[in-house]
Amino acid sequence: MTVSASTIAAIRFGYGYHPDQPPPRGADDLLTQIRRGTRARPIFPVEPIAKRADEVRRMFAIRKASGRSDEFRQMRRKIRHKTVREGVDGLLHRALSPNGMFERLTAFWLDHFSVGFRNAVHTRTLVPFEHDAIRAHLNGRFADMLTAVAQHPAMLVFLDQGASIGPNSRAGSRRGRGLNENLAREILELHTMGVDGPYTQKDVREFAELLTGYGVKLRDGAFQFFPTRAEPGAETVLGTTYGGDPPRAEHAHALFEDLAMHSATADHIAHKLAVHFVADDPDPDLVRHIAAAWKRSRGNLPRVYEALLDHPAAWDAFGAKVKRPEELIVSTLRAGGLTRAEAKAIDRRPRSHIIRDLKRMNQPLHQPPGPQGWPEDAEAWITPQGLAARLDFAGTTGQRLAKARQDLDPRRFAQTALQDALRPETAFAVGGAPERWEGLALVLASPEFNRR
Amino acid sequence: MMSRTTLSRRAFLGTACSAAASPLFTPVVLAETPGENRLVVIILRGGMDALGVVQPYGDRALRGLRPALAARPGDGLLDLDGFFGLADPFQRLMPLWSAGELGFVHAVSTPYRNKRSHFDGQDLLENGGNAANGALTAGRDGWLNRALARIPGARAEYAMAVGQERLLLLEGEAPAASWSPTNELSLQEDDRRLLSLLYAGDPLFAAALKEADMLSSGSDMERQRNETGATLAGFAADQLNKQSRIAAFSIGGWDTHRNQGRAINRPASSFVEALLTLKQRLGANWQHTTVLAMTEFGRTARENGSKGTDHGTGGLMVLAGGAVRGGRVLGDWPGLGDGALYQERDLMPTDDVRRYAAWALAGMMNLDRSDLETSIFPGLDMGGDPGMLA
Repeated sequence: MTVSASTIAAIRFGYGYHPDQPPPRGADDLLTQIRRGTRARPIFPVEPIAKRADEVRRMFAIRKASGRSDEFRQMRRKIRHKTVREGVDGLLHRALSPNGMFERLTAFWLDHFSVGFRNAVHTRTLVPFEHDAIRAHLNGRFADMLTAVAQHPAMLVFLDQGASIGPNSRAGSRRGRGLNENLAREILELHTMGVDGPYTQKDVREFAELLTGYGVKLRDGAFQFFPTRAEPGAETVLGTTYGGDPPRAEHAHALFEDLAMHSATADHIAHKLAVHFVADDPDPDLVRHIAAAWKRSRGNLPRVYEALLDHPAAWDAFGAKVKRPEELIVSTLRAGGLTRAEAKAIDRRPRSHIIRDLKRMNQPLHQPPGPQGWPEDAEAWITPQGLAARLDFAGTTGQRLAKARQDLDPRRFAQTALQDALRPETAFAVGGAPERWEGLALVLASPEFNRR
Repeated sequence: MMSRTTLSRRAFLGTACSAAASPLFTPVVLAETPGENRLVVIILRGGMDALGVVQPYGDRALRGLRPALAARPGDGLLDLDGFFGLADPFQRLMPLWSAGELGFVHAVSTPYRNKRSHFDGQDLLENGGNAANGALTAGRDGWLNRALARIPGARAEYAMAVGQERLLLLEGEAPAASWSPTNELSLQEDDRRLLSLLYAGDPLFAAALKEADMLSSGSDMERQRNETGATLAGFAADQLNKQSRIAAFSIGGWDTHRNQGRAINRPASSFVEALLTLKQRLGANWQHTTVLAMTEFGRTARENGSKGTDHGTGGLMVLAGGAVRGGRVLGDWPGLGDGALYQERDLMPTDDVRRYAAWALAGMMNLDRSDLETSIFPGLDMGGDPGMLA
């Protein structure tokens, strides 16, 4: 299906049309969105990680003093509710933001550096992770993002780095403990070069040795380098020698720089970008084009986004991708014209609906299947049960929307939400719906609203 | 067109679950074949630790490699045969062992080598291919699917899946549907008409709608929120007591990088429950049943710095059922001493895990050796009969 550049820009590269926001006209507007997004303030306040750590510490202090008392349980419940509220706030922020492409890139990188569920305390680090590691570096150098991610408590805990101790370090020889390869392996396999990259088991091992010392300071939940855990001496990874005595956190930074600029990393992430934004099976020329910009700019992300957007394949074949449930929900909120005031006033019930809908559609909040992130391909989402859940979502949302927007005509809704992506079949079905809510539901259930 | 990411997965067991725990996303796939023999394949996702589950306590090198994790008979370990012992979390399986209904194959692996990626390792395990780098066979389908296509009289069109994640094992040409008992679609005639109009031009959506509609009407599946080993196995057993003869599902959580002694309890109990549930619910049919449980790779011979183990190579296969000749640990034991480890870190694989799956298919489903060695498990040499079936 051929549609206008504006529709591709809004729906494929953003979270869709919002009736109160001027739509992007093309690549230039999307690049502007990325620049603006970098500077934009979060719509919902973000509590710093130290404050979160403090709260968790108080909770454990209560447990220590009075056991699993009512006070402890109340505190624990409060913290859990906060986590859920923040998760929904994140989606509301994306829906309200006029910088759709920036928000979509945030989601892309969060998924690329996927942090899975560990426990309720660890989940408290996810919002700071999004802000401090991802958003802060999204329009800069990949090496900086990688460094921030590899030093973030969310990732360090998720991939067991705090438990990795140089066998010949002071802590290692004293306590007889040793390496844990998890983080080193996933950085190579998932975050940089990809599983087909030219690394060996020996590289994983030496990289793991280079990362020893990386850990989390429990007092304030911040990154800390523990020299007593660090393996002494230099390490050789991919033929280059890093570090030496005395060990320092910065020794691994040199490797992050080299990994960020490695051609295998360029190829791997160029492919992932094309798959995420354009097609499950993207045009190889588009992938080469993005990878070339990565290599030329040594992983300077603004140049990489420009390359993604200036290739004709990026503007071709609307609907090749299926929206993931999170994208479907955010674009539904936008299509319904969610306002800032509504978002700020939203109470517990609609929030719990969002959580439930995400779960039913197989993308539960904060629980990606593992460090590899969510699946990309259409067939993974549009299964019989996945579609049944989407139909259920469309039906209940159609009813709520009909109630909240008494004057919303389904035919007009189809037009503003989809513009020239609206197919005649959908327009016909919507026009023939016996009730207003059903018409709205059919728009939300339509293939073109579920694709991008 | 399936992309690589499709085939990638990692169950999110092995993580603590909050009160709002998510269900374990894992399907059961089923197929009908003629005869009374039943085959259950369980994929143990995450890399089950062979040396931790069936511990070679008689190998003198073990304690040196695993000061924290190695156990002794009577102290965390149940003696099996004077050399191997079964770890405590699997204790409830001992009656099966004594009855000859439980056996193991030690030091086996798929042909996958060196990269030690869960995702590629699991894909190759389910695909049945022969490539050391994990590349899949041309069809990118599952070995069980290819096997079905060669079983005379197999009714693959009745293959049905339950669960929210896809399982490559049964994917391919023979059509299989997927459905989860946690969702149900009930459509009025008017909805059906409007939706089929809406999806007429979109084959993916149209096909999913048709299956969802068909499967939700007239299916008598249990509605389950939590698909633990017991519920998965219970569902599979009920189907195997009816028309189904092949069932497959997965149990995750074996990626024990930290505090393995504790971390293994959850997947172990899910797995133990699954086997016990199968035996109990299958009743007399258990006599005709072979269960094969396999994992993408084993783990490092040495424990790591956090009382866990990292990704390795040689692994363990579990055999169960009334149709197996159990009570034995099969396989060539490579030893753990100096020079015996694979790349000086992992249990050395001495046999191809596909060989045992192939002999099970030959014995239970009458598949031809030539088909097994070429199309179902390309490049496999089945060698001599390991005598795993009673």
